[in-house]
Amino acid sequence: MAIWMRKALISTAVRSLRTAFASHRNPVFISRSFGSSQQLEPFSTDDDYDDHDHESLDFPGGPVSYSCEMRFLPGSSEKRVQCYRVLDDNGYPLSSTQFQHVNKEVAVKMYSGMVTLEAMDTVIYEAQRQGRISFYMTSYGEEAINLGSAAALSSHDIVLPQYREPGVMLWRGFELQDFVNQFFGNKNDIGKGRQMPTHYGSNKHNVITVSAPLATQLPQAVGAAYSLKMDKKDACVVTYFGDGCSSEGDFHASLNFAAVMEVPIVYICRNNGWAISTPVTEQFRSDGIVVKGQAYGIPSIRVDGNDALAVYNAVAAAREMAITEQRPVLIEALTYRVGHHSTSDDSTKYRPVDEIEHWKTSRNPVSVFRKWVQRRGWWSDEQESEFRANIRKQVIHAVQVAEKTEKAPIGYMFSDVYEKLPSNLMEQEKLLRETIKRYPQDFPKDVALGI
Amino acid sequence: MWGILRQKVGGATCLSPQGVGSHMLRLRPVTSALRNYSSAAKEMTVRDALNSALDEEMAADPNVFVMGEEVGEYQGAYKITKGLLDKYGPERVVDTPITEAGFAGIGVGSAYHGLRPVIEFMTFNFSMQAIDHIINSAAKSNYMSAGQINVPIVFRGPNGPAAGVGAQHSQCYAAWYGSVPGLKVLVPYSSEDARGLLKAAIRDPDPVVFLENELLYGESFPVSAEALDSSFCLPIGKAKIEREGKDITITAFSKMVGYALKAAEILKKEGISAEVINLRSIRPLDRATINVSVRKTNRLLTVEEGFPQHGVGAEICASVVEDSFGYLDAPVERIAGADVPTPYAANLERMAFPQIEDIVRAAKRACYRSGTMVATA
Repeated sequence: MAIWMRKALISTAVRSLRTAFASHRNPVFISRSFGSSQQLEPFSTDDDYDDHDHESLDFPGGPVSYSCEMRFLPGSSEKRVQCYRVLDDNGYPLSSTQFQHVNKEVAVKMYSGMVTLEAMDTVIYEAQRQGRISFYMTSYGEEAINLGSAAALSSHDIVLPQYREPGVMLWRGFELQDFVNQFFGNKNDIGKGRQMPTHYGSNKHNVITVSAPLATQLPQAVGAAYSLKMDKKDACVVTYFGDGCSSEGDFHASLNFAAVMEVPIVYICRNNGWAISTPVTEQFRSDGIVVKGQAYGIPSIRVDGNDALAVYNAVAAAREMAITEQRPVLIEALTYRVGHHSTSDDSTKYRPVDEIEHWKTSRNPVSVFRKWVQRRGWWSDEQESEFRANIRKQVIHAVQVAEKTEKAPIGYMFSDVYEKLPSNLMEQEKLLRETIKRYPQDFPKDVALGI
Repeated sequence: MWGILRQKVGGATCLSPQGVGSHMLRLRPVTSALRNYSSAAKEMTVRDALNSALDEEMAADPNVFVMGEEVGEYQGAYKITKGLLDKYGPERVVDTPITEAGFAGIGVGSAYHGLRPVIEFMTFNFSMQAIDHIINSAAKSNYMSAGQINVPIVFRGPNGPAAGVGAQHSQCYAAWYGSVPGLKVLVPYSSEDARGLLKAAIRDPDPVVFLENELLYGESFPVSAEALDSSFCLPIGKAKIEREGKDITITAFSKMVGYALKAAEILKKEGISAEVINLRSIRPLDRATINVSVRKTNRLLTVEEGFPQHGVGAEICASVVEDSFGYLDAPVERIAGADVPTPYAANLERMAFPQIEDIVRAAKRACYRSGTMVATA
């Protein structure tokens, strides 16, 4: 009885004091005053006015504690999310960083891959300018992302690229000649002359063929990861995309689904500052992409995309997390698109030349990594000049060979539309061959009739 | 001309006073205003034709604005919007982040509320990422809202194949959009078409899909003094007889009009007089002009770059069979792109699209002049 009355009294007191101090809206003051009430059982009738620490709204997804303070989360925090790096601008490991060393074999393969990518870009870009191929996209400035990430993956991991990650295929053993055959669309092209340059793919190397419309690879990647999850494989899906790509609707669908379906996927965003001529400040107003990953409930990290070791370490860790915990992980690699968007673009028209120069020289991922590799005694100036001269010759040779090779044969026009060649296409092919035979003057001479 | 332009800009209420003032200062005479009626034919590229049409319509109506990827600072992915940002400012030339679905939807919304957006797709292949907004938000809104919401929007951009750009950059969307009630679909060929039809599209109260062609942008055509006038406009839904003839009717649109005209030249040497119709409008389709022509020539050949099944040619053929069956002396010949996703390799690509020789051979077949009765690919 007595307890009852005491409870009733206190509840009245609680209510009156609350009303009295309501205008102050000082939660600290109010809760301090009622510290003693914590020892009592919470009143079921007074849900609205309870300040007990463990009192909260029981909402799907977990309890939500209340606040008397009307506070809007700011659109962005004062300090930007920090960027993980291992090597400084001169290739010295920052002593305080936690990182995993790579051995000599991996380091040399990574470095030579970066130089090969540079060499291929240089020669092929020139070839396009000379009119020998129709189109090309370089990866200048993003060599560390390409090779650093590729080195941290296993060959069983399924890769869905955007289009600026040929280094991943290089790492996995796609030959220079294979690349160049694709650019020329000749009969040795693994892609059967179907795709534009830089739109490659190879089942053998677990790289899904590049698709041009942006961000379509993102939900596709989640689907593939779901399949991996069902197979319980020790592998994950890795998908790449740029800063501009994150504006597409498919980006939202993909991240959201990956989190909800709990699939083993690693997202690697190449935030290179530009989407053709659109700078990131006009692409979004968030603090880059790393906070977007967090918004979807995905653990995310920002790394220095020009630091090959930082990329390597982050991807290795992310992969581990994705597979053991069966969940998505996001990596935003900050870098710079040193080259033009493609051979159809001239970026000096919309950005200052000294900005490009700055990133090309003082923040060059290839030279930073070279310094580190050389200091470890695994590379030398001699090897450098020899390797560069050699690889350039190899690319040029591959171009010469590809150019002389016959173009893709007629059969490649009709095959693979469906699993089995349907009767109407068989008919069309037959009629086309007959027409070419009958009117050879109407067709170019280099039409390969084989296959 | 000067006076009219000034008045219209001055009357703008949606611009801030500062904006109007600076626009007045920046107002340069539209090139057409100064082109006088001389006797020599002026030539103009399709690119300049589109640019001048946009410029004039934006000057005439402050509600018209342009939105899309790279349209502003970059002067347009294909330079169609060159100079517009400098002239009209970022409020009326809006560079967007990369989300076709996003900016198509935003454009429709702005049209609901009185603006007249011109949405640019870098290629209509990317419009597929926004097609729900084009069909469900734009095309059907006037009908579904019982006339309360109309959508005076223009979706424009390059359509169909270019050169060596592969499957995802080469599809022709004329047949797809042409089948949707509520949309108007235009397919300019020459510079005069480009100017007249784009102006008509922008002024039209209904949603218009404006299918251009990348390879035609750089081509020059003579333009009459009338076409250079800023009030010039072509009627939507009327085809143009590009070349008169009496033996066979060839219908074509966009780049294929040029091919059909060249084929007609070759056929003339072989004694076949071909009438070439430039469709200009896929929806509404000018059935009347096509049928009148077929009733005169008794033979029909349709040409398009898109896929054959359910294509524009199929619709034209059905229309002629319905309206002029008794006048046909030969089966309708349909030339279309190959029924395959477009390959990239140059030789394969060439065989995946109609060439002038294909048109010539088909015309001869229809005139019973070829050596074989069998249709070839």
